[in-house]
Amino acid sequence: MPQMNLIQAINSALDVAMTRDRTVVVLGQDVGYFGGVFRATEGLQRKFGEHRVLDTPIAEGGIIGAAIGMGVNGLRPVAEIQFADYVYPAYDQIVSELARLRYRSAGDFFAPVTIRTPCGGGIRGGQTHSQSPEAVFVHVCGLKVVMPSNPYDAKGLLIAAIEDDDPVIFLEPKRLYNGPFEGNSEQPAVPWSTHPQGEVPAGHYTVPLGQARVVKSGSALTVISYGTMVHVATAAARQLGLDAEVIDLCTLSPLDTATLVASVKKTGRCVVVHEATRFGGFGGELAATLQEACFWHLEAPIIRVGGWDTPYPHAFEWEYFPGQARVAAAMRQVMEEAP
Amino acid sequence: MLSPSRLHIPRAPARPGEAPDFSYLQLSAAGAVPRPEIAVNASEVTGLATQLVRVLDNTHQAVGAWHPHLDPAELQIGLRHMLLTRLFDERMQKTQRQGRISFYVKCTGEEAVSVAAAMALEPHDMLFPAYRNQGLQMVRGQPLVALMNQLLSNTGDMCKGRQLPVMYHSSAARLFSISGNLATQFPQAVGWAMAAAIKGEEHIAASWIGEGSSAAADFHHALLFASTYRAPVILNVVNNQWAISTFQGCAAGDSPSFAARGPGYGIPGLRVDGNDFLAVYAVTRWAAERARKGHGATLIELVTYRASAHSTSDDPARYRPRDEAERWPLGDPIERLKAHLCVLGEWSEPRHAALLEELEAQVTVAWKEACIFGTLSEGPRLDPALMFDDVYQHLPPHLAEQREQLRAARAAQGKG
Repeated sequence: MPQMNLIQAINSALDVAMTRDRTVVVLGQDVGYFGGVFRATEGLQRKFGEHRVLDTPIAEGGIIGAAIGMGVNGLRPVAEIQFADYVYPAYDQIVSELARLRYRSAGDFFAPVTIRTPCGGGIRGGQTHSQSPEAVFVHVCGLKVVMPSNPYDAKGLLIAAIEDDDPVIFLEPKRLYNGPFEGNSEQPAVPWSTHPQGEVPAGHYTVPLGQARVVKSGSALTVISYGTMVHVATAAARQLGLDAEVIDLCTLSPLDTATLVASVKKTGRCVVVHEATRFGGFGGELAATLQEACFWHLEAPIIRVGGWDTPYPHAFEWEYFPGQARVAAAMRQVMEEAP
Repeated sequence: MLSPSRLHIPRAPARPGEAPDFSYLQLSAAGAVPRPEIAVNASEVTGLATQLVRVLDNTHQAVGAWHPHLDPAELQIGLRHMLLTRLFDERMQKTQRQGRISFYVKCTGEEAVSVAAAMALEPHDMLFPAYRNQGLQMVRGQPLVALMNQLLSNTGDMCKGRQLPVMYHSSAARLFSISGNLATQFPQAVGWAMAAAIKGEEHIAASWIGEGSSAAADFHHALLFASTYRAPVILNVVNNQWAISTFQGCAAGDSPSFAARGPGYGIPGLRVDGNDFLAVYAVTRWAAERARKGHGATLIELVTYRASAHSTSDDPARYRPRDEAERWPLGDPIERLKAHLCVLGEWSEPRHAALLEELEAQVTVAWKEACIFGTLSEGPRLDPALMFDDVYQHLPPHLAEQREQLRAARAAQGKG
């Protein structure tokens, strides 16, 4: 089976989707001739032509507005927003238009737009190239929100997103583009080529939206995470020698609540981990949902670990990033609470 | 000493208690503006952005290069659509005052803007309306009962009770869903047109916004994308002089017109008398042919006047002179087309009276039929559980659960 890093997996997903379906088009800044600043669309314009891979002006609102119109006219646009930090100029088109078109027209119109965008920190991006804005999308009814944690899922989820008739926000943790990352920037980088989840089928397959993945089953506690933090949390549990059940959400919305509830009812303890700022973050929704459903099974309060509630600072990236130490401290805390 | 860098605060030419003043309005004589070839570059026709294309002169004759030479039967159809639009507006306004519907937006004085444009386009062209374009619905043959059901949010409502009144849609009639947020449809129309070109289809898109919402980023995104990709689209700015209480000069700034935004983007900007049915028709036809032949987009500014309130929630007497509408120098679009037809010997007062009577009866019959589907005060009502449909294509588990919670809560109250 081919080995791919996460960029190559994204590229392969686009290639497969565009080959199978002539209505799939790609648009965004630098995606055409150049192949994208992260190379995710490399070679696509040469292969599929300038009418299906469009370089656009630097106007995110225009990109998404145009993508909606294309979607209404029978295309399946995949729009790239170069960094998730740049998505806000398109927020009105996403929230007020894309997410609600099907609803407001009672199903008469819809736009099957997928919005790909690199998110998260760990690449010295400072406060304008490091954000994880998933919370501002999961709050919007009508959107699906996806964040893969490895190349295999990235390809399967992206193909599923493109084939889905609902709009999908597809967040790509860019720290994972070249290899898994356990949170220690001083350790040598590990490539996906040595990782089992770097094995990616060359052809078409999907990973269904709306399903969480139990990465590792366990009985001591449940660790819920997504994106980069799946790797950090798994490493933290291993380091502590805890028999943790690690769940990768894959799709944040609609949420696979059943898988989470079953796990927390089994373990009685739960840590929720994300890279985004904690206050008002998605972790709050997860914790609230789980305490409503599992309160009488809980042995300890559910603890959230996230980025500090500050912008992502350039010079203090690793003090900001919720690395293994902070995740491990939370795990110890939920384990030490007396039953 | 005062700093020379004080702000310029644009002021309306007249406020309540003052005499209406339209001296700011640049007018051209009917027939005075040249009609360029459709393949023209924007830079060659910058004059069209400040002149005013007019076909009907003061004696109600059609003159000049833009005269579209329409068959009188076509003009009579245009008159019918405009009259129906006005009567529909009058009646729906009354039903709102009676508490039968919650809200309404009239387009009085602006009927030609939508009716003439829609008649100049092909049935397969996609229209992205704003909320004051009901003439598009009339030309595309939307049944009055369907429109009324939407206004009533009743059991026949095409929107299943989810939208404010007047936010119609019809994919079959190629009328895009009206948003209620301003200007968002502009870049969407461009994207639709781009898709048509990508697919190799000859259909074009057209969209409308008010001059006030031309301030929004979406307006500029639309012009830029239309220019960059030479999209087959017509972008219409309906300059009806007022954005609720805000005078058009606030959005125009120091620009000489809204059409003048076009040439900066490499798009021809045409300024047209929006109350002149023939001029609107001719300019739309020109832009449509230009788009269809691959020469790209056109920006059209339709100079008109919002003779009614912004909406049923608005009282214009609080911000503009009461007699401003009567003093509007470009007259009324229905009266002008009617006078033109009379001059041609193709219309008369008795025929006009008979048409009015026929259309009024049509509206009355439709209203009675619509009320059978329910009103705000009387049933039948839509099932509230419908609110969970169409958020997604398929109902996800959390919405199924919430729908059940609503059902249980209503059952506990003895409802449903």
